[in-house]
Formats: sequence, structure tokens, C-alpha cells
Amino acid sequence: MTAETLPPPASTIGPLAWLRANLFSGPVNGLVSVFVAAALVWLALQIGGWATSEARWSVVTENLRIFLIGRYPGDLAWRIWLALAIPSVLAGMSAGVHGRASRMLAVTMSAVQALIAVLIATSPIGPLGVLAYAANAACVWIAFLLGLRGWIPRRALTIAWLVSLPISFLLLAGFEGTPLVSVSTNDWGGLLLTILLATVGIVLSFPLGVLLAVGRRSQLPMVRILSTSYIELIRGVPLVTILFMADLILPLFLPGEWRLDRVARAMGGITLFSAAYVAENVRGGLQAIPSGQVEAAQALGLTGVQTNIHIVLPQALRAVIPANVGLFISLLKDTTLVTIIGLLELLNIGRAVLAQPESLGARMEVYTFIAVVFFVLCYAMSQASYRIERALGVGTR
Amino acid sequence: MNAIETDADVATDDIIVARDVHKWFGQLHVLRGISLTVQAGEVVVIFGASGSGKSTFIRTINRLEEHQRGQIIVDGIELTNDVRNIAAIRSEIGMVFQSFNLFPHLTALQNITLAPRKVRKSARADADAAGMQLLERVGIPEQAHKFPAQLSGGQQQRVAIARALAMQPKIMLFDEPTSALDPEMISEVLDVMRELATSGMTMLVVTHEMGFARAVANRMVFFDHGVIVEEGPPAQIFEAPEQERTKRFLSQILH
Repeated sequence: MTAETLPPPASTIGPLAWLRANLFSGPVNGLVSVFVAAALVWLALQIGGWATSEARWSVVTENLRIFLIGRYPGDLAWRIWLALAIPSVLAGMSAGVHGRASRMLAVTMSAVQALIAVLIATSPIGPLGVLAYAANAACVWIAFLLGLRGWIPRRALTIAWLVSLPISFLLLAGFEGTPLVSVSTNDWGGLLLTILLATVGIVLSFPLGVLLAVGRRSQLPMVRILSTSYIELIRGVPLVTILFMADLILPLFLPGEWRLDRVARAMGGITLFSAAYVAENVRGGLQAIPSGQVEAAQALGLTGVQTNIHIVLPQALRAVIPANVGLFISLLKDTTLVTIIGLLELLNIGRAVLAQPESLGARMEVYTFIAVVFFVLCYAMSQASYRIERALGVGTR
Repeated sequence: MNAIETDADVATDDIIVARDVHKWFGQLHVLRGISLTVQAGEVVVIFGASGSGKSTFIRTINRLEEHQRGQIIVDGIELTNDVRNIAAIRSEIGMVFQSFNLFPHLTALQNITLAPRKVRKSARADADAAGMQLLERVGIPEQAHKFPAQLSGGQQQRVAIARALAMQPKIMLFDEPTSALDPEMISEVLDVMRELATSGMTMLVVTHEMGFARAVANRMVFFDHGVIVEEGPPAQIFEAPEQERTKRFLSQILH
């Protein structure tokens, strides 16, 4: 006799049953639930009331340009827009060509730029700015559709990504004596500088960290000792110290005509600092790979480098996505420390705005705005990492 | 391969020659003078208690373990510290592991085509076609695009065999290929190995599958405490073992 195949029992948990089970399972629990709920409602009303009636958001909207780009010349702002259009298009194409894992980047790129467009609409910057960022946000999806068609070769896309960062950078900086007027990095500021520092820091420290992690496990004693000393040295020093050293001491060692500008020095400091932490995260992932994987690769005749590139690193890097994203989120927040070498990133721009007599008494508004901007960026990063984990999760174990 | 010197006193069809091979793990003397010659096309089953050195021995043949004394010559090439010799020997030997060791981030087909593409520099289309042929040979072409975690143990081990065969080796080493499998999956792997043996592949198999050994092996070798106690054709080993230790071990595993 064969047993009947039965459907699983229907879930009996409705909203009421859920409330009873989780919030009101006893007199004490019920009391705590009521009390906490009341406190939360009171808090929400207070904050909501302040934000909608008392707060003078004009301090943010009036100064929005400064918050977004610092003292970057307003009539050259189209270069920032163009510099953002490049990664927008590429992110869209990647999402179309590569699918799920990179789709989150496209969503973030378009959402953040759409948000900027909305913000600009509330400010005196003008409709052209709104249009520009809305266009960028739309560009992502047009490029996505192009990518889906399969017209874009993968290799060309990879190369485009590799050159996009320097091109965007040059577009922002310009050249002396060309129609593309040079803009001193001293004038870069606000959200622009924050995102630039974080992006460059993340993009450069990741490969450097991976190399250091592999180097630390190398068979060659020189490579191993150098990697280990670098990691231990950098981890033993606070970021503030490294930024000071990059700013004050580095120029002493460089020949006179090598005038590395201040933003580049800050980028260098952040990259070198973050690479040591990336290296230790990645090393954790490398250690988690069973030795049988390496043996199987060796038995097939793969060389040590091939084994690392095709077998060990893809698995190790996947395993350390959460740790690395955590690291990059704190890197984004740590960019506020460049304040100490006199760079006006988002937080310090806020302080500059508050120093103006007309923004007197608007501290709450300014800091709330900055906190929300940071939260949106960090939250987007952590969501992106969950999506990437899930997209790459197929067949990992 | 004229850059690599060949050993004069190795007969032409002796594909593996091990002479007085010793191996220590720290203070532990695990291989105590193993001498074994395998001829091309021969199927040799190695058996013995765990810790007897049988796995370590076959792992010295493709240099997953380094031997510290003695000589190992594979297809005329002596295993030394010379990286070129090691690479040359590894390209002639396929290996199948107890725990499969498939690459979990690659599909079955990608597992098979990785080495041909990266080591032999085959074109993707050629490697894919050859890979599909191998999957058909081991009986699971429909699983080509699944990841190892989506396959049963028996299927994973068959993919692992196909992966080793993709490099067109002259010799296949099997390190307890069925020990990690559920009983109902053992026969599907043994069937593939049996087919491989009839095709003339030189095979060195560490296994406790005595039915397989009796049916397929040309020769059986009994390891105990790092030495070869006895070797001979299956009929002799099963019916009339000469050594007391061989008798005792066989009576334990055959019940």
C-alpha cells in the first residue's frame, strides 16, 4: 500500500495569532509590549512633529549646492554630471550583461541619482540640474536594455570599467591650458568628495588587500615577511595618523616637482589603510578553503597562480563578502576623518555651512540631513551585499 | 620530451617504477621502503588497514606528497624537485579523491573543462565538446550545468572521474573512490571504473571493494605499517594468501 501524498498543513498564523504569540503571551509580556509601543509612538510623533513643523530645512535647500559639491565652480557642474554618467551607463550595461549580481549596483546608481534630482528640485540650483540627474538615472535603464540585447561584448565592458575611474577623475580635475579648465582639488567638497574618497578607497584597496593576503601565505619568505609587516604596521596605527603622515611627511620624501595634491594624498592614505584590513578579511576566507581543493587543482596540473585565480580566490572572496562590505561601510564613514587635513567632505561642509551667520541655530537640521545621507549610502551598500551573496549563493555548498 | 632524462634500466612498458620509497610525517615513518612496478594497462588494487600508508603512497606518485628517500619514475620521468618534471608527470596522471574535491563554484562541465582550457589552452568550444563526451561516458550528460552541491555523491564522483580523464592521462589514481558514498551509489561509480579498466587504462586503486578487486584487478597489493606485505593476482590473494597478516586482514573485511 502506498501512502497518500498530502499537502502541507495550512499556516494558522494570522496577524492576530501572531500578536498573541509574540507580544501578548502573558500579562508581563503584554504590559511590556504596550509600554514599548507607547514610547515608540511618542518618539515618532516628537521627531515627526519637529521635522515637519519646527525644522527650518531651508538651511539645507539653500546650501544644497555646497553640500553636494563644495566649492566646485557652479558653471562647471556639468562635468560632475558627465563624470557620473559614465559609471551610470556602465552599471546599466553590466546589469544587463552579467545579470543578478551586478543589477544591485545599477539599482543603487539610478536610485541615488534620482534622489539627488528630487533634492535639487527643492533648491535654487534650477531645473537643468534636476533634468541632468534624472537623465543619468534614466541612462542606467536604457543602458540596461542595451546590455540585455547582448550587443555589448563582455571584454569591452571590463576594459571600459577599468578606464572609467581615471577618465571620470580627469574630467573632474581638468587640464591646465585646455578647454577643460583645471579645477583645483582644494575646491572639491561635500558629497562629491565623500563619494570620490570612498570609491577610490574601495576600488584600489580591494585588489591591494587580496595581493597582500595571498602574499602573506606565500611560500617565498621575502614576500611573506613584507606582506605580514605591512599588514601589522598599518593595523597598529590609527587612520588619523596615516592621513597626517600622507599629508605632512610624504611630500618631504618626494622630489620638489612631484606636488601630489591633497585629495590624492588622502585617497592614498585611505587606500593603504583599508588594504591591510581587506587583506586580513581575505586571509580568513583563504584559510576556510579545504586543502582538497588545492590538491585537486594540483593533480590536474594547474600552476600555483592558476590555482589561486580559478579555484581558491573565487571561493574565498565569496565567503568574505559580508566582512568586506562591513569594512567598506566603515571606510565610507571614516572618510569624514579627512577633515583633519583640511578637506571639506560632507560632514565638514556641514560645519562650514553652520559657520555662516544666516544658518544660526540650524545645527539639528544640518546634522540630521548629513546623517540621513550617510544612512542611505550605507544602507544601499549593505543591501547590495545581501543581494550579491544571494546571487552568488548558487552551488556554494 | 627529450629534455628529461630517461632511466636506462626501466623496461619500456613499466609505466610506474617505485624503488625503496620512504616517507616520514615528522617522526612518523609512514612509508618504509616501498618498491612496486606497474606496467602500462595494468589495474593494481592496493588494500590494507587505515594508516598503513596506502593513500600516502599513491599520493607520492603525483607529488601531492614528497617522498624523502628512494626513486619514483613515471613513464620514464623521474620525480625530483624539478618543477618541470612534476608538471610533466602530473599531466600524465589523473587522480580521483575519496571526498571528490570538485570545485563547488563551478558547474559539472566547468569542473571538467577548467584544466584543458587553462593548462592545455584548448579553445572553449573544443573543451566543452570534449567535456560533454566525457559526461556521456560516465553516464550523466544531463547534469552538465548543475553545481556539485546539486548532485548526489555518486554523480559527483563520476564528474570527478570525468574531470581527471579530461586531461587525457595515461595513468589514473583512485584514492578510496567509494568510501564516502552511500551504499546504493557505490555500484554506479564502480561501473565507470570497470569500463575504464577494460578500455586499457593503467589504474592504481586504493579500495576495500573486494568484489571489484576480484573482478577487475590484474594484481593486488597488501600494505601494512608502511611496507608491502604481499602482492599477487586476486585469485592467489583471495584463495591462498601466503602471509598470516594478509589472511587476518582479509578475514576481517570479508566477514
